[in-house]
Amino acid sequence: MKIKVKVNGAWREDEVEPRLLLVHYLRDVAGLTGTHIGCETSICGACTVLVNGEAVKSCTLFAVQADGAEILTIEGLAPDGQLHPLQQGFWEEHGLQCGFCTPGMILASYQLLKRNPHPSPEEIRQGLEGNLCRCTGYQHIVKAVEWAAARMSS
Amino acid sequence: MIPQSFEYHAPRTVAEASSLLARLGSDGKILAGGHSLVPMMKLRLAAPKHIVDIGRIAELAHIREEDGTIQIGALATHFNIESSPLLKDRCPLLVETAREIGDVQVRNRGTIGGSLAHADPAADWPAAILALGGEILAVSARGERRIPARDFFLDVMTSALEFDEILTAIRVPALPARGGDAYLKLHHPASGFAVVGVAARVLLNAQGAVQEAAVGITGVAPKAYRATGVEAALRGKSPSARHIEAAASHAADGIEVNSDLYASADYRRHLAAIYTRRALERAAERAAAS
Ligand code: FES
Ligand code: FES
Repeated sequence: MKIKVKVNGAWREDEVEPRLLLVHYLRDVAGLTGTHIGCETSICGACTVLVNGEAVKSCTLFAVQADGAEILTIEGLAPDGQLHPLQQGFWEEHGLQCGFCTPGMILASYQLLKRNPHPSPEEIRQGLEGNLCRCTGYQHIVKAVEWAAARMSS
Repeated sequence: MIPQSFEYHAPRTVAEASSLLARLGSDGKILAGGHSLVPMMKLRLAAPKHIVDIGRIAELAHIREEDGTIQIGALATHFNIESSPLLKDRCPLLVETAREIGDVQVRNRGTIGGSLAHADPAADWPAAILALGGEILAVSARGERRIPARDFFLDVMTSALEFDEILTAIRVPALPARGGDAYLKLHHPASGFAVVGVAARVLLNAQGAVQEAAVGITGVAPKAYRATGVEAALRGKSPSARHIEAAASHAADGIEVNSDLYASADYRRHLAAIYTRRALERAAERAAAS
């Protein structure tokens, strides 16, 4: 069936099978491979994107459910090549090692800072409870989000 | 993970959805937020021929109060509930329960109606809705019926809903004067589901004794249940630590207790009593402070 979605600011229309998951739509149809697939079972958060401003696990949504929606993926955070403060923060504070979890971490952090622009370290950990990282031990990720929060409010 | 093919329907009204379901019979399956059904379809534990996506039926997303009764539309997400100022004030148990579910992303999409209809024996909502003595509204082409929470959960993943019925809303009484409630949960470390989850509401009389206590327990048995032994043992007593502990020891009386790799039946029975005690203590404290 036909769906129409606004991905990173641009509307597009595609013919999809109803069973196509949003993450596969974004990666295979729209060609946006910044959204990763980790567990495929709603656990790891690597596939996190924003749908109408809300962080969701795109492996647990059919693309047809997003018909008409606005979607933000990691590619949409730096449209003109200028890193978003969150991306900059992950860079500055070593918030990543292999980088597999990073797009999901950053989009979950984006949601977090929207709802709570000045989170405590504890609140950052809660806000990222749906995202797993096998490398960093999380400490640097928390620092990266704090860095971005400070930058975004200055 | 690719689910089996299906035909997709996206009705815009409850009437449209119920006539679709009447036509599709047992081939039709309702999709709301999709956070119970989609994982099952990916694992091919479910392979419905027709999906009826009720996610676009705007009338199902409300949260409101009418004459002391809170009504929550089936499509209210866990996050909608967690962040509702009305519920924080009028039915804080629901806010406390919502916070314990899944993670941020799951709470953004998962709905209370979907969770209840799924009837997972370790889900959080059943405990809360049971403790509140809520009722569940179900609509089909045959009309609407109200199902008391205590008749709603039949068995593992089995509710009282018929194939053609849509769970449209949940109704629970708002927090009364001299009332307090609490939800306490031990999370399974991997899945986040409840190993034990206890929802309690305590109502004190003018003398400060327990007029009514209600306890809903999830995670412990094949379906969530009301711990009537606990409730009876506390009725009329002062909410002292000693009375609460004695009452809580009945948390799993007469219950067939689940056992799995993480928690044996004995351990779960033990946890049920501990979490019941703590939830009652917190609810009673809040009732006294209200
Ligand atoms: S891939 Fe979606 S949560 Fe892991
Ligand atoms: S940086 Fe490797 S998984 Fe997080």
